[in-house]
Amino acid sequence: MAPLLEIRDARRTFLTPEGGRLAALDGVSLSVEANEFVTLLGPSGCGKTTLLRAISGFEALDSGTMVLDGADLSALPPFRRPVNTVFQSYALFGHMTVARNVGYALEVAGVAKSQREVQVAEVLEKVGLAGLGARRPGQLSGGQRQRVALARSIIAKPRLLLLDEPLSALDRNLRQQMQLELKSLQHALGIAFIFVTHDQEEALTMSDWIVVMRAGKIEQIGTPREIYRQPKNRFVAEFIGETNLFPVTVDRVEGGDALARTADGVELRLPVLGRKAGEQVTAILRPADFTLGPTGIPGRVSRAVYLGSDLYLFVQPQAGGPEIRVIARDNQDAREGSAVHLSHDPARVHVLEAG
Amino acid sequence: MALRRQSVVLGVLLAPVTLFLGIFFLLPLCIIAVFSFLTPGLYGGVEWTFYHWNYGRIFGWADGFIEIFEPVYLQILWRSLSFAALTVILTLILCYPVAFWVSRLSDRWRLVFLFLITLPFFSSLIVRLYAWLLILKPTGLLNTVLLNIGLISEPLEILYTPAAVVLGMVYVMVPFMFLPLYASVDTLDRAQIEASLDLGANRVQTFLKVVLPQTLPGIIGGAVIVFIPSVGNFVVPDVLGGAKGLMIGNLVEQQFLSSRNWPFGSALSMIIMAVVLTVLMVSVRRAKKVGGHA
Repeated sequence: MAPLLEIRDARRTFLTPEGGRLAALDGVSLSVEANEFVTLLGPSGCGKTTLLRAISGFEALDSGTMVLDGADLSALPPFRRPVNTVFQSYALFGHMTVARNVGYALEVAGVAKSQREVQVAEVLEKVGLAGLGARRPGQLSGGQRQRVALARSIIAKPRLLLLDEPLSALDRNLRQQMQLELKSLQHALGIAFIFVTHDQEEALTMSDWIVVMRAGKIEQIGTPREIYRQPKNRFVAEFIGETNLFPVTVDRVEGGDALARTADGVELRLPVLGRKAGEQVTAILRPADFTLGPTGIPGRVSRAVYLGSDLYLFVQPQAGGPEIRVIARDNQDAREGSAVHLSHDPARVHVLEAG
Repeated sequence: MALRRQSVVLGVLLAPVTLFLGIFFLLPLCIIAVFSFLTPGLYGGVEWTFYHWNYGRIFGWADGFIEIFEPVYLQILWRSLSFAALTVILTLILCYPVAFWVSRLSDRWRLVFLFLITLPFFSSLIVRLYAWLLILKPTGLLNTVLLNIGLISEPLEILYTPAAVVLGMVYVMVPFMFLPLYASVDTLDRAQIEASLDLGANRVQTFLKVVLPQTLPGIIGGAVIVFIPSVGNFVVPDVLGGAKGLMIGNLVEQQFLSSRNWPFGSALSMIIMAVVLTVLMVSVRRAKKVGGHA
């Protein structure tokens, strides 16, 4: 079956005020299946918003094709695309009531008022705003406005919903709650979501697929677990979560493991598969991959941050080199200045070829 | 304690403006209101006896002996209102698209344009209107150019017609319409326009349902500011108008200066004011109704 949305080699260049050229989209290809939650993740200026605006029709592509449900999108103006958007600023109509905001898509499509009211009440119920239809957006809290924007964009049952950093204005607790609600809403509605964010935690929590972008290019597409455990390159590894990167030289292959060592002499054990003595690679270990124990890399705790159930440690290896970040259980006896040994399971190490 | 002190301070601060408006605005207004019900003196001024024929002359209950009802006054009032309404409509049509254009200019060019819009205020209104007189007269710039390029075979009679008056008023009032319009267009939320398009509204629907309601306060503001001085305007018809372009403001002026009938002039003034106040109240109420902004 053909994917719901198929983007091929999308390119878009902007002129900067200084007269230079900036490739916001530099050959992006992406396909989205029906009922998937896809997140575009990347630092600001990576082209994720441009890609979203190209799909909604507010930005034209210089070249490339976009096909939605078998129909070429590029010839359609925004109001003819079966795609709706939740805007970052919400963009609620201030001069209309909440109910009229939510029913707007039906109103302009010519749906009868009585039918509209039924559907509006239904959708408001769905997003947890039942009974607030008579209010004006100005009388709502930030979280409620967010829900109105959401309700407004799903009432016409689009094939694809675009969300442009919709949670960025909310405080942390509300944001986490909305993340879970969005995910279950997406599941219940059966609409494909394309969600733009620069918040990697948000991306990991909600997505079926994460698309990591940088400088107009896609760096990696994968499930949250793939992106986190097997980043394709340094950029992805460093952008997603806390990471320890070790440029190492493989020393020798011994038994089930390959022994490798950094320029400073920190010793690591890598999965043996495909390793040859003498080659240079980058080993990636997440902070939680280390355990404090009697053996392993000797070091000294230079800083310990208490996180509740966990301890966040910065460990200076005895051999030298950059500090290693470690997340340990709080019940471990490690405080600033204490000597520790860090051990790790070779299977948890992800290896980037060519350090 | 603090509250009382605050109100004392407020009173002191407000006293000068209250005094000024009371003496130079409210008092003369009361005098006009009283005069409009007094008998005109034989050589100007008033005689202190009650007299309702001033209004009777205008609205039709004159006795036909001392004072004669003449429908021309109502006609001139009606003409003034329609000239003013026409001025509002024309300035609105001129300024609305321009406001959008200017709000999209770069900061620098926007400032230049806003300066240009206020430039006419730097020179005298009379001088500017005489410039129009020179342009519009039969041997003036407009006719000379049109004759020379062969578009017309004889000079157009524009000067001293209603068209000339409306043209002059539009010219004078354009800045007053533009500035409130621009203020409302400039603060228009572009994201809402995109949201409307995104939700399936075409450009016309988006204009009618989002852009127009959001800029309506500016439209109403501009319309009020243009309409009120237009109704009572007497300088423009004086310079460009002639007999057929006479407006109610000229009538008032005549009563006080050449005809020396102060009570009748006062009655006409009261009528202008009543009309203007009605327009103002209706539009304020309308603006309140639609302006429930977030």
